[in-house]
Amino acid sequence: MAESRVAFDLQIPSDVEYIEGVVELARQRCRELKLSPTKCSLNVPVALSEALSNAILRGNDKTGGKEVRVRAIITDTDLVFEIVDEGPGFDLDECEQDCTTAENLSKEEGRGLFLMRRLMDRVESFREGGNVVRLTLHRE
Amino acid sequence: MSFSIKKNAEVVVVDVEGQLIVGNRQELKQKVLDELEKGEKKFLIDFSQTGYIDSSGLGVLVSLSKKIREQGGELRLANLNDDLQTLFELTKLDTLFQISDTRERALESF
Repeated sequence: MAESRVAFDLQIPSDVEYIEGVVELARQRCRELKLSPTKCSLNVPVALSEALSNAILRGNDKTGGKEVRVRAIITDTDLVFEIVDEGPGFDLDECEQDCTTAENLSKEEGRGLFLMRRLMDRVESFREGGNVVRLTLHRE
Repeated sequence: MSFSIKKNAEVVVVDVEGQLIVGNRQELKQKVLDELEKGEKKFLIDFSQTGYIDSSGLGVLVSLSKKIREQGGELRLANLNDDLQTLFELTKLDTLFQISDTRERALESF
């Protein structure tokens, strides 16, 4: 990664009620970086919300007492979010389904990872002090 | 974030104020299902005051659409801003819902 600085580094309880506050903080950083309005109001809020809810509901399996760490890192070219849960991790490729097929279109679930990948420039998952999902969005 | 419900002639109009996300989707679902249980058949969800919607919010709309249709009713959507329109197009949900650009047009469409 090129030269970088941490925009925020938070540890939140594993509860979906905390998602909106984190997303609002991320939106503020996007505006400060003068990202495009669409990136500030669509790409970042939706993709980050998806990653956080995955971490809380699937990674930490809705278990009380656990936490999710979320870091925003700014480089010369990118805005990067790292979401860390206490779960065993998962294979991104195995989890993604095409929610736009006729068969899947009317299903209630299965759009989270699809949206993350469409709205971010890169989505990665790896283990490093927990299960990490890294979202990368080019600033330009 | 909140949901307000009003009746316009025979149509139940729901305004989504703020976000429709994993933390509040059940509240919207329950409010609409309560109206459906009372016998209401025509529903309009207006997004003119909505910020963003996540996959759980989209899922609830899909689920409500199915339940309303099963009861012989109809669900229409109105006032998607550019971001929400993009979201519906990305997921192709714009093909699943009848979407109007204003509340008035949506109400006329029933």
